Amino acid sequence: MDDSRPIFLQIAEQLEDDIVAGRLPEETQVPSTNELAAYLRINPATAGKGVNLLVDQGILYKKRGIGMFVADGARARLVAQRRDRFREQYLAPLLTEAERLGITPAQLAAMIEEAGR
Amino acid sequence: MSTVIRVDGLSKTYGAGSGAVHAVSEATFELAENRIYGLLGRNGAGKTTLMQLLTGQEFATRGTISVFGEQPVENARVLERVCFIKESQRYPDDFRVKHVLKSAPWFFANWDAAFADELVERFRVPANRRMKKLSRGQLSAVGVIVGLASRAPLTFFDEPYLGLDAVARQLFYDVLLADYAEHPRTVVLSTHLIDEVSNLLEHVLVIDDGRIIIDADADELRGSAVDVVGARSAVEAFTAGREVLHRASLGGLATATVAGLDDAGRAAAREAGLELAPVSLQQLVIRTTTLGDAEPENGEPA
Repeated sequence: MDDSRPIFLQIAEQLEDDIVAGRLPEETQVPSTNELAAYLRINPATAGKGVNLLVDQGILYKKRGIGMFVADGARARLVAQRRDRFREQYLAPLLTEAERLGITPAQLAAMIEEAGR
Repeated sequence: MSTVIRVDGLSKTYGAGSGAVHAVSEATFELAENRIYGLLGRNGAGKTTLMQLLTGQEFATRGTISVFGEQPVENARVLERVCFIKESQRYPDDFRVKHVLKSAPWFFANWDAAFADELVERFRVPANRRMKKLSRGQLSAVGVIVGLASRAPLTFFDEPYLGLDAVARQLFYDVLLADYAEHPRTVVLSTHLIDEVSNLLEHVLVIDDGRIIIDADADELRGSAVDVVGARSAVEAFTAGREVLHRASLGGLATATVAGLDDAGRAAAREAGLELAPVSLQQLVIRTTTLGDAEPENGEPA
């Protein structure tokens, strides 16, 4: 947990990471709020808020009396969301730092090309 | 959500005239059922006095207190549901640890003796030793055990960790979370070790010089302020017209702790070539409470 942002957002992001990376496949059960709270050493209400955020977005769904599960199609939707955010989240800071160091966009493109090989 | 504590215009003054000490001034707040609260503040800020008032151990000078809908002083209906673990609890002279545990059910209706015995083992407290022969850490451990095993609907821990080592403190936090999850209750944790407990808290009250200066959701507070770092002129230009909690500078470099910076504000800061750094709950409290010192004309005369 880092201190700069609300913990419930970090919980939601962590679960999203697990879904995107395939550690939490679709239709599997996610840890309960109390299990998350105990494992991450956070307030259970905060953990619940993070889980509910994903329920509201349809990423997780509740099976009454059993627990929370990863929804069908959740991974594809998260990947699409993250692609939309990629430009602002990764590209913008990269370009800012490159400009500060005097690296031109063309040089940057060459560097990416080279690293990608 | 039902309200457990309701406090309105509460003040406690010791002494009179120019030498009077305003331990608590005009406090107004509510605590809801089954949440974990942090009562944060510097030593001498009024945390302990406030808890003594809430548990009926002190009379208010002004204002009203309602606990479970009633005033708490000498009120058995309220006090049998309250557990207050104090930093300096006194015990009868010849009491041993086991006597403390044996007498606890007289005071706490929900006392769980088996849970208490388990905690005595886990905290490695010598059950046969006399209370006055215990080390500071063992004494604190007994307080923590009583506070947890009492399962009181309203439990106060006043700086419960004095002398407890890092392992025992972590054990306390873990057991508190696990037991709270199974047996929800209202817990008030008074502490100045804010970083250690900040993730356990759902809501935070910060008291400074007897006044409640922050009453907010812990998660809302996190991320409510951010350090803006960069060239002094750029920082000054950026912070003009914004709420700044704290400023520091070193040569041409300046840092300003800015409150309430939204996404657009963050983007504008990056645009201006400024770096953003997180502010922890502890840093936020320190910067908010030291701000009061810098502007004494806003406070009551001491």
